[in-house]
Amino acid sequence: MGQTNAAYRISHLDALEAESVFVMREVAAEFERPVLLFSGGKDSIVMLRLAEKAFHPGRIPFPVMHVDTGHNFPEVLEYRDRRVAELGVQLVIASVPEALERGLVREPADGTRNRIQTPVLLDAVEKYRFDALFGGARRDEEKARAKERVFSFRDEFGQWDPRNQRPELWSLYNSKISPGESIRVFPLSNWTELDIWHYIARERIDLPSIYFAHDREVVDRGGMLYGVNEFIRPRAGETVTKRRVRYRTVGDASMTAAVPSEADTVEKVIDEVASTRITERGATRGDDKVSEAAMEDRKREGYF
Amino acid sequence: MTVSPVDKVDMLRFATAGSVDDGKSTLIGRLLYDTKSLFTDQLEAVEAVSAARGDEYTNLALLTDGLRAEREQGITIDVAYRYFATPRRKFIIGDTPGHIQYTRNMVTGASTADLAIILVDARKGLVEQSRRHAFLCSLLRVPHLVLCVNKMDLVDYSQEVFDAIADEFASFAAKLDAPDLTAIPVSALNGDNIVGRSDKMPWYEGPSLLHHLEHVHIASDRNLVDVRFPVQYVIRPQSSAVLDYRGYAGQVASGVLKPGDEVLVLPSGLTTRIAGIDTADGPVDEAFPPMSVTVRLEDEIDIARGDLICRPHNAPAVAQDIEAMVCWMDESAPLSVGGKYAIKHTTRSVRGIVKALHYRLDINTLHRDEAASSLGLNEIGRIRLRTTQPLLVDEYRRNRTTGGFIIIDEVTNRTVGAGMIVAAS
Repeated sequence: MGQTNAAYRISHLDALEAESVFVMREVAAEFERPVLLFSGGKDSIVMLRLAEKAFHPGRIPFPVMHVDTGHNFPEVLEYRDRRVAELGVQLVIASVPEALERGLVREPADGTRNRIQTPVLLDAVEKYRFDALFGGARRDEEKARAKERVFSFRDEFGQWDPRNQRPELWSLYNSKISPGESIRVFPLSNWTELDIWHYIARERIDLPSIYFAHDREVVDRGGMLYGVNEFIRPRAGETVTKRRVRYRTVGDASMTAAVPSEADTVEKVIDEVASTRITERGATRGDDKVSEAAMEDRKREGYF
Repeated sequence: MTVSPVDKVDMLRFATAGSVDDGKSTLIGRLLYDTKSLFTDQLEAVEAVSAARGDEYTNLALLTDGLRAEREQGITIDVAYRYFATPRRKFIIGDTPGHIQYTRNMVTGASTADLAIILVDARKGLVEQSRRHAFLCSLLRVPHLVLCVNKMDLVDYSQEVFDAIADEFASFAAKLDAPDLTAIPVSALNGDNIVGRSDKMPWYEGPSLLHHLEHVHIASDRNLVDVRFPVQYVIRPQSSAVLDYRGYAGQVASGVLKPGDEVLVLPSGLTTRIAGIDTADGPVDEAFPPMSVTVRLEDEIDIARGDLICRPHNAPAVAQDIEAMVCWMDESAPLSVGGKYAIKHTTRSVRGIVKALHYRLDINTLHRDEAASSLGLNEIGRIRLRTTQPLLVDEYRRNRTTGGFIIIDEVTNRTVGAGMIVAAS
């Protein structure tokens, strides 16, 4: 041997990358029609980079799909189109406004579209017959997600049954499904928010500008700062103030809140994420506060 | 908080096991809490639920029991994965269920673990489930075991109680071929010996649990001797930019690959040399586990997914008849002799038929029942399997990647069993 084991160390970030690349190649090898879900958020941006790496020097061998609620941050749409063009991948758009128009879903009374994303997603899965859907979800995000497999089986209705998951041993992922069923695949399962940011820094990945501190007009709604935009209008009694903020997550623009921040570079964001005492979802997502099991319930319906 | 340079931090995966109510979830909650890995909104949510339920103290178990059914019943059903980091290491915890009917989920959590914590209630000592979990950990070759004797606060921090349990466990573990065993007296509820040393147990001279987790030596657990590279995906871009590129992508299972090395390709038996090892960040001088790389070879030989690259004088067995220990995981139908299944081993999928069930093992007494004719849910036994095509296998004890396989029911498509290869012919 000659060399000691110590020479063959691998950092945790490299180990995570190697695992995610393995998962992506496994899906490309075993499924007929995989697709990568791309929201323009940091996790799906990291997934695109991992996909690029997994098939280098070839191209990414599957399309990218955006489930578009119609409530977008303009910076994110611009980023999406630019990145997809750079990579030369096909972009599929599953459009909520279009689904509203043809009556597949109805606008909820509160105007938020998180819940009606699910039927639109499932409709697109059926239309394109996607059998494996990469999602950027991480187990550190939420307690129901912490329970989910890397390969998460969904029945023909897209439903997750948390009590009846397939055992997942070693790195032997079971990709067998019947027609109509699908697997949600989470290559970032073992990454944390901080890992994502370290990786963004190391890989010098560029991000939509809303992830960095900027001045924005906001309203304070239940302790959360919502940027005023065409989807979020000040209600009676609310005052609009200009604050220095950034977004920790990029979701539906009608319900994703910003956090007060001075972090205008990746390095400053890393420092901020390392010292924050609030989870990213707790700080920014109105939808997870609905009930104790809001995420689990939505996932059972076919959401991520 | 200062952040260590990310390239200096390695990763430890550990599983927690133990009987119901031994305090696994509390232990994890405590580790997260004391390493400041808990967030205030998570904690507030747990405090609110605890208060509403009338719990006397904040029930940290509510942090890990993420499913509605688990919270309603107060038990852990499925593995939950949790993450925390210290400046020295990053940790992935597989919080596995204690209930006997979820043994398969404990096996799931242990299959990827570098270390397992077996939690025992100091008042009760070793129970059936402690022995069962220790046995499962040894069967799955988890390299390091930690016996945490919990609830020491309820036995007046007694050294005699701890020593008796630790001794009993050590003599049981000796029968199991458990490679590395450490025993630590703790109180997960109060945080004794979890992150720092406890002044309540001056007689204990070993490390705190966290100190042990941070320092346990895992680098040599990897097999760097036997080169095993299962081909996962052939990269052959149809692009004028990289004309005639043909690379074999995969994750190094064991050993060290270098450009120029003579290699043997199985099952074809052809030999060639490594022309280069590529990554998206450029070529590398060597590849070792768990790197995901792309290998180019000097000669054009036909290689597909499921093939394996190794060294000419150190090859796995090429076998259709396999002896294996199997943990059965399906409640709907037992494993029976004559049963046909789909088998996934490394990147190769074949069909297999169970030719014989040599015995079913009673994992409490380690007694072998040779009269058994089937394996039910959570039962373990030794089988002989014949496959339609050869598998490229090593003994599981030598190589967790080329020695493990899963069994899939061809009708339901469910993963119904986990196999660990004992021998091949």
